[in-house]
Amino acid sequence: MDKDPVLSVRDLVVEIPTRHGILRPVDRVSYDIHAGEILGVVGESGAGKSMTGNAVIGLLDPPARITHGEILLSGQPIHNIKREALRKLRGKKMGMIFQDPLTSLNPLLTIGDQLTETILEHLDVSQSEARERAIAALEEVGIPAARDRIGSYPHEFSGGMRQRVVIALALCAEPELVIADEPTTALDVSVQAQIVALLKRLCRERGVAVMLVTHDMGVIAEAADRVAVMYAGRLAELGPVREVITQARHPYTAGLMASTPMASQGAKRLRQIPGAMPRLGALPHGCAFHPRCDRATAECRADPPPRIDYCDGRAACWHPLAQKDTTKGEPA
Amino acid sequence: MLAYIIRRVFQSLLVLLVVGLVAFSMFSFVGDPVDNMLGQERTQADIERLRADLGLDKPFPVQYWRFLEQAVQGNFGLSYRQGRPVSEILVERLPATLELAFVSGVLALLGGIGLGIFTAIRKRGVAANMIMTLSLVGVSLPTFLIGVLLIYLFSVELGWLPSFGRGDVTRIGDWWTTGFLTETGLKALILPAITLGLYQMTLIMRLVRTEMLEVLRGDYIRFARARGLRDRSVHFKHALKNTLVPVITITGLQLGSIIAFAIITETVFQWPGVGLLFINAIQFVDIPVMAAYLMMISVMFVGINLIVDLLYFAIDPRLRVDRSAGKTT
Amino acid sequence: MTDTAPPIPPTPERAPSRLARAWQSDFLYSFRRAPVAVVSFCVVLTLVLCAVFAPLIAPHDPFDPATLNLMNGFTPPGEANAFTGDSFLLGTDDQGRDVFSTILYGMRISLFVGFSAVLLAMVLGVVLGLLAGYSGGWTETIIMRVADVQLTFPAILVAMLIFGIAKGITPPEYRDQMAIWVLILAIGLSDWVQFARVVRGATLVEKNKEYVQAARLVGRSPLSIMLRHILPNVLNPVLVIATISLALAIIAEATLSFLGVGAPPTKPSLGTLIRIGQEFMFSGEWWILVFPAATLLALALSINLLGDWLRDALNPKLR
Repeated sequence: MDKDPVLSVRDLVVEIPTRHGILRPVDRVSYDIHAGEILGVVGESGAGKSMTGNAVIGLLDPPARITHGEILLSGQPIHNIKREALRKLRGKKMGMIFQDPLTSLNPLLTIGDQLTETILEHLDVSQSEARERAIAALEEVGIPAARDRIGSYPHEFSGGMRQRVVIALALCAEPELVIADEPTTALDVSVQAQIVALLKRLCRERGVAVMLVTHDMGVIAEAADRVAVMYAGRLAELGPVREVITQARHPYTAGLMASTPMASQGAKRLRQIPGAMPRLGALPHGCAFHPRCDRATAECRADPPPRIDYCDGRAACWHPLAQKDTTKGEPA
Repeated sequence: MLAYIIRRVFQSLLVLLVVGLVAFSMFSFVGDPVDNMLGQERTQADIERLRADLGLDKPFPVQYWRFLEQAVQGNFGLSYRQGRPVSEILVERLPATLELAFVSGVLALLGGIGLGIFTAIRKRGVAANMIMTLSLVGVSLPTFLIGVLLIYLFSVELGWLPSFGRGDVTRIGDWWTTGFLTETGLKALILPAITLGLYQMTLIMRLVRTEMLEVLRGDYIRFARARGLRDRSVHFKHALKNTLVPVITITGLQLGSIIAFAIITETVFQWPGVGLLFINAIQFVDIPVMAAYLMMISVMFVGINLIVDLLYFAIDPRLRVDRSAGKTT
Repeated sequence: MTDTAPPIPPTPERAPSRLARAWQSDFLYSFRRAPVAVVSFCVVLTLVLCAVFAPLIAPHDPFDPATLNLMNGFTPPGEANAFTGDSFLLGTDDQGRDVFSTILYGMRISLFVGFSAVLLAMVLGVVLGLLAGYSGGWTETIIMRVADVQLTFPAILVAMLIFGIAKGITPPEYRDQMAIWVLILAIGLSDWVQFARVVRGATLVEKNKEYVQAARLVGRSPLSIMLRHILPNVLNPVLVIATISLALAIIAEATLSFLGVGAPPTKPSLGTLIRIGQEFMFSGEWWILVFPAATLLALALSINLLGDWLRDALNPKLR
């Protein structure tokens, strides 16, 4: 990629002080997202995917806080700027889509109210112009008869339609980066594909950078250009989606793929990864995955594997799975 | 919506009927009014005549019906203690209580909602924490003790404000008397109003705070923040409106209970209202006054409840849709 | 990119004894970490012990006319009486009763009424709540309707009314004697609804869980299902409500007694003492009012603080 990335996360650490010690839900994570690109972030619940998204947009719930690393939005650091400066960036430069469209809209305000207030906050337009933009935003996400429905309340829409409204809200001030936190999880299966397609279209048409957080490998395979696999707060693997899916190099990714039902795999029996992800308070020494890994050696138990830097196609593992066409060197 | 209102009105009438039954049972079973009304020197003939006069010789349902008939017309008979019609005494005393309750209610509502919002937004602030601690003292401080302490401070020690009574009152129309128009009347109102309002204010404040914190944790607040809306807009446009929905019910009931708590304040300050009348009635087992007071206060409570329910429709659009339309998922 | 983020030190592992585990439990941990809760607990404990052992602690028995000397009336606290030379820690009232002793005995009555009333309300509420939730149908409708109607009115008003009615029923010569029991009845009956609603709600949830269905299928009696399976699940909220109710009951008792519709002057509770003290406020004998008032405040405040902390500790969601 020759252009500067829209979002660069470098060595990000999020910590939560508790009475049992400090937890680290996000541990030295680095990645980039370019304009018009969808980065899928995948992992089990508790792997730190959502926490990473919240850290980027500056909505970590105290006492969680960023203790190390940096976040750059279009080259500008945003991890250490003032609250008010960050607020002005939210909505304007980066939008966020939440999991449950039922609860992310204010039930007592019309969707028109919620759209226009966001537009008026960030863009220098008149009231009536804001309304026109709101209608345009609704039309763009595929709400039929947007002009008539702008005065409706959220409860008057179905779940899928509501998620479209949420997307319109996140995009109405034309941000460069959108963080979609499990945008399809709460929806019916039939609606999920529509929402994924919509996100993909908006990303391509507008050149928005999208960080798509999900635990659903199907959604990743469908939408993402590159994928970051997280495990116990750390980045396990990062690479182009095709390569990661077909030629996983981290044993965890491989296990994840084998345990995911894919239509193309037919009736093959699904494998499962033995054990469960460790609690953050009780991470094993060395590689966090080693108790569940059949390739683990003394090395894995002693020291954490070298981290992947932000280039593609490498896995944080002492013994990555062999590649048919290895182009990059194995981490030492 | 109309069906809902009709059902609510019907329920309210049912509550009133039950309360009426309680009030009437008091007449029938508690003490013997004949005993109470006639002195030591009485003859059997006196007793029989009075029983017939009061209708006590009729069967129970007939008596209940008669009682309801009379009650609807505001007729609760004669006070055992004063020998005057109860309705007359109540009407005479009502303005004092209503004025006191109104001032306290406004105080409690404005102070309670304002402080509740403040303590919720500045959750970790020093001032908010101090207010919360003070409010626990406020909740633990019985109303009568607040009154007594205020009297001790402002009447006995400082001598600024009167410790009892209503001051000079002005008569308006046929039966209303007001203390709002004279200096002594206003001065006399200050301590009782604070006493009565303080406790309700703390309750409303704590309630608003709890609800607001709950709402502020909600997804749509997060989403509003994620869209970069200002704190002012997030707090007052998004959070406050949602907070008020549940707060309205309990606040409505709180305001209703001000009239009941006025009993205590009126006793402390010898405020000539219906509450003081009720306490005296209990002390002297003056059943007609107790029953009339009970019926009057029930009508007020039921009325307030009804208004509160209707207010929901004004605030929450989800209730305005006809449920049978089934547009929701 | 240098790796400056420090590694997390591993938590040492150990197998603590049972006692140590109990001490380490979240419940006690949050207790130890809440100085307010610890202090309130100590205050409540001290006051309750003082009340229980009042006859041993109190220098005088305020109910024994033989030990009273009218000449001792209105002795200020800590000073010697001008006529008899006796001195009293917290002074005396108009009849020469030692204020410290009357407070101890008054607190005894206040606490007795408070605890008994809450117990009555709790038993009544839990039983009716279980019954309503478990059996449903008409039983439930009637119980919850009554609860709704009663909830329309403030508890203190209901208590006053019950007190008034009960007073009307008791013959005049027994009224003073019965006053304490009437108070307990009045306050207890005015406060059961809270318990019933919570217990019913929890029962409705538990009733449909699989283990309860299973217990039914194997033929456990409804009573044993309610006691063994449902009751343990509602203990936490019941405990929280009981603590808060206790403070409310003590305040309600004091209020009624203060208004002259509670404990009689011959058996004064804290509320009655404040009522008596109020009469001397204007003539300068402040101690007759202030000390009972302070005791009542300390009692109610510390129980409230304890209840507040308990609610937070048992319901982490509400924090």
